[in-house]
Amino acid sequence: MTDLVQLLVAGLATGAIYALVAVGFTLLWQTSQTINFAQGEFVMLPAFFVLAAMKFGGASFPVALLLGLVASLLILGVLFKKLLVDPMIRHGVLPLVISTIALALFLKEGVKEFYAADAQPFPALWATTNISIAGAVIALQNLIIIGVAIAAIAALQWFLAATRTGRSMQATAQNPLLARILGIRVERMILYTFLINAGLVALASVLISPIYLAKFSNGETLGLVAFIAAIVGGFNQVRGAIVGGLLLGVLDNLVAAYVSTQYRGAIPLFLLIAVILFRPQGLLGRIEERSV
Amino acid sequence: MKFRIGTAAVAVLASAMSLGAAQAQQTVNMPDVVELSGPGAVSGTNWRDGVTLAVDELNARGGILGRKIVTTHSDTQSNPGISRAQVQKALDGDPYVILGPIFSGSVKVNMVLAQQAEVPQFTGAEAADITQAGNPYIFRTSFGQQASMPKIANYIRDGVKAKSVALVWVNNDFGKGGRDNFTREMSARGIRIAADISTESGQVDFAADVVKVKSANADAIFVYTNEEESARFLREARKQGIRVPLIGETTLLNQKVIELAGDAANGVRGHVGLSSGVAIPAIQEFTSKFNKRFGYLPDHNAIKGYTAVHAIRYVTEKIGKFDRKLLAKTMHGLTITPQMEPGILIETTWDDKGDIDRISFLAEIVDGKQKITQTLPKLGK
Amino acid sequence: MTRARRLSGAIAALAVCAALVAAPFGLKPYGIYLLSLWAVMTIAAMGLNLTLGYAGQISLAQAAFVGIGAYTAAILTTQGWPFALAFVLSAALCFAIGWLLGYPALRVQHHYLAFVTLAFTTLVFLVLRNEEWLTGGIYGISGIPRPDVLGWSTGAPRDYYLFCLGMLGLVTLATGWLVRSPWGRAFMALRENPIRAASLGVDTRRYTLIAFALGAALGGIAGALYAPLVQFIDPTPFALGLSLNLLLMVLVGGSGFFFGPFLGALVSVLLPEWLRFTEGLYLLIYAAFVMALMAFCPSGLLGIAERLFRPAAKTDDAPATPAGKAAR
Repeated sequence: MTDLVQLLVAGLATGAIYALVAVGFTLLWQTSQTINFAQGEFVMLPAFFVLAAMKFGGASFPVALLLGLVASLLILGVLFKKLLVDPMIRHGVLPLVISTIALALFLKEGVKEFYAADAQPFPALWATTNISIAGAVIALQNLIIIGVAIAAIAALQWFLAATRTGRSMQATAQNPLLARILGIRVERMILYTFLINAGLVALASVLISPIYLAKFSNGETLGLVAFIAAIVGGFNQVRGAIVGGLLLGVLDNLVAAYVSTQYRGAIPLFLLIAVILFRPQGLLGRIEERSV
Repeated sequence: MKFRIGTAAVAVLASAMSLGAAQAQQTVNMPDVVELSGPGAVSGTNWRDGVTLAVDELNARGGILGRKIVTTHSDTQSNPGISRAQVQKALDGDPYVILGPIFSGSVKVNMVLAQQAEVPQFTGAEAADITQAGNPYIFRTSFGQQASMPKIANYIRDGVKAKSVALVWVNNDFGKGGRDNFTREMSARGIRIAADISTESGQVDFAADVVKVKSANADAIFVYTNEEESARFLREARKQGIRVPLIGETTLLNQKVIELAGDAANGVRGHVGLSSGVAIPAIQEFTSKFNKRFGYLPDHNAIKGYTAVHAIRYVTEKIGKFDRKLLAKTMHGLTITPQMEPGILIETTWDDKGDIDRISFLAEIVDGKQKITQTLPKLGK
Repeated sequence: MTRARRLSGAIAALAVCAALVAAPFGLKPYGIYLLSLWAVMTIAAMGLNLTLGYAGQISLAQAAFVGIGAYTAAILTTQGWPFALAFVLSAALCFAIGWLLGYPALRVQHHYLAFVTLAFTTLVFLVLRNEEWLTGGIYGISGIPRPDVLGWSTGAPRDYYLFCLGMLGLVTLATGWLVRSPWGRAFMALRENPIRAASLGVDTRRYTLIAFALGAALGGIAGALYAPLVQFIDPTPFALGLSLNLLLMVLVGGSGFFFGPFLGALVSVLLPEWLRFTEGLYLLIYAAFVMALMAFCPSGLLGIAERLFRPAAKTDDAPATPAGKAAR
């Protein structure tokens, strides 16, 4: 029983990370039709910004965190939008997808060549202690991750629903033309989406790098699971991304422990295929109308 | 339509012309084909830097028999098919000797080519069957699994006195080969494998695997994964309060693992065939030279690459000319001591199959450092 | 096409073929290997071009089909079966699997199809790696023999290259015939506007399925040729990376152009060689190149060539808009 609790908590922690990444991915898709195949690498990169600030800039950890966040917002938010998405979007979805695939490769190789090929330890923001709840040993780290992720997503939900800017962003996502007519500055709303995504991935990066260790190849599996989480949950609903992420995290751990470790990677894939074929709108999504 | 065929044609022809290379005289060509990307990147980069250090040292002294060594490093991308192509390319350049690769899967495939071309190949691979295929041109630079696994098995039986072992391994040709050999050694000694858990290369979350290990209730745990995964596993094991001994073979007690796992590495024990942390003066000197030049601490793969190049120089100067067949013949049954050639670092003997015999060590990680607890003698002599 | 243009087109084609046949005589074994690899990859890319460039379906499953084809050929030929039989079985098996996969999968639209095919590729990789009793698992299958074609042994590099070139030629002719046939036009109608095509009576479902399955079969053929080329296969090359690589090949060469895959495969196979002097940076350069290409000319290299040489003309088999537009 204690094992089950431990597995659940570990699974929820991993799932919370997937949820953060999937939410950003979903937001980008909703507002600007961008399928960001580089989302995994976006999570890998901010940790290296922080490490670089400490190594080359001699900054202390808190300062480096701040610098890392600013760099993420600028590079993964503003630059990504202006240099990559804006020029491509008029050519259609496929060239943009290809470009994000190339971008993922570029970022990965860039870190490997210019920083390091091997894994780097990353300092944790809190002590790596364990607490014991009813006999189950749970890492404080996991609980903090779950807490922070939930807080971030709750804040995001509140922002989208309760503030004027947030509601403008939702309007832009639902019907950009109408939003423009209503006087909403669509371009700016889209930019905000990119900034929010950059913030979310930076947060995810800082949360996981102490455990996963910072390595250039971290993005590969993480990106794939984020896509699957977003689709399984429901591509057009932020809530769906959360559910998808948590579900995948827990399921992966349970399957690995009780079924088979050799095929544990297959579970998200089966889930994806099943959802796409039988319920394409995802578990929580709404059915999308297609204009003819 | 025609312009499109034309464009394609020009491109094909132009590129076809660009292939092929010429070799300068008065140099000796020793190409290095090794894993520089993919899962083998860490091992391969260490090997490459060890080779580079040795080559530069030798060239500063005038090279081999007065000829400078020219080494190009090609990336196998940890992919056997690509490694075969790279070795083919290396063979096209009429090399004296080929260095690498490290991944056993790659070596098994490309050593066929080197053998056909009668070019000696010095590899860092550890799979047992590499030296059992009857290739007179293949030479190891570290223990094969058929030599290291019995040693660790003996330690588990006699030192740890375990009756059952939980086995955690990485699902690539390195880990699987180790697992197959280990399982065989265990059953030969009547020790039960309580759990057989495969993990993925690049895996980050080991919670489920540690849970499985715990429920197997074994006397000891043998961990055979790559460096980063080992570190993550150790952390998770420490977190979930695993008390039974954690045993490894060279990689688990590696400097990189200690660095990444921190406190969680303390108490890990195992067999170490080759290590940069050993308190032998020659190796310590090598380690600090390497660290000074490349800015990081070398692992056993760097030592493999370094010693290979020096061994080649020693034998070549011993026979007095660049004769591949004679080199191979002389290597079989040869023992090189540090007195004869300081670059060999530890006394090494090659047998007639290309396998290596050296002293090795049992070690434990204490306070973040690898401590040698016992020195095991060579098998022969 | 006018008589003169047809004649000059035929002469150009003949010249290229002659050059390709003569090429290996001046090259070392590694160079010949690269050309053979180019031929094999072109076949796989042509399959993907059929699915993506002509029928407009984003498929990331091509690597899985190449893998299935390669393993089928390897398992059969190492058991002693004749290569011709193994070859035909590889193509047929991939066609069947493509059909079975496509039947449910093509119900969903473009970006969803990309993810389903992505999942399929990763699943196939896992099966290839884990099922050791069938595929040799992580150890792979070695010692794959090269075929004897009507008494001519293709063991030597040059001979096998000519064999691959011959197969490429056959595949080119077959695909060319297909594209020019009414089927080909149906595919293109699907790409441009599936709804209009349906309203005109084109059975969109059936034709999409055919395009997908044919693309898969070509992937299988490429795999069956790849196995004897490298003479050793393991699961590593047949993962998602190859699918992405093939996708890039099709797009860089020019999606929807008939000769696009030839150029794309050339760039992909030869770029590492040209950029070898940059050591580790070549992937960075390749990625930057692809991004720039997509930004400025998403219709690929042949799209650029077309703009340069024939700014006014519009040929009938070039895509009017990049395949992606149909996804919107």
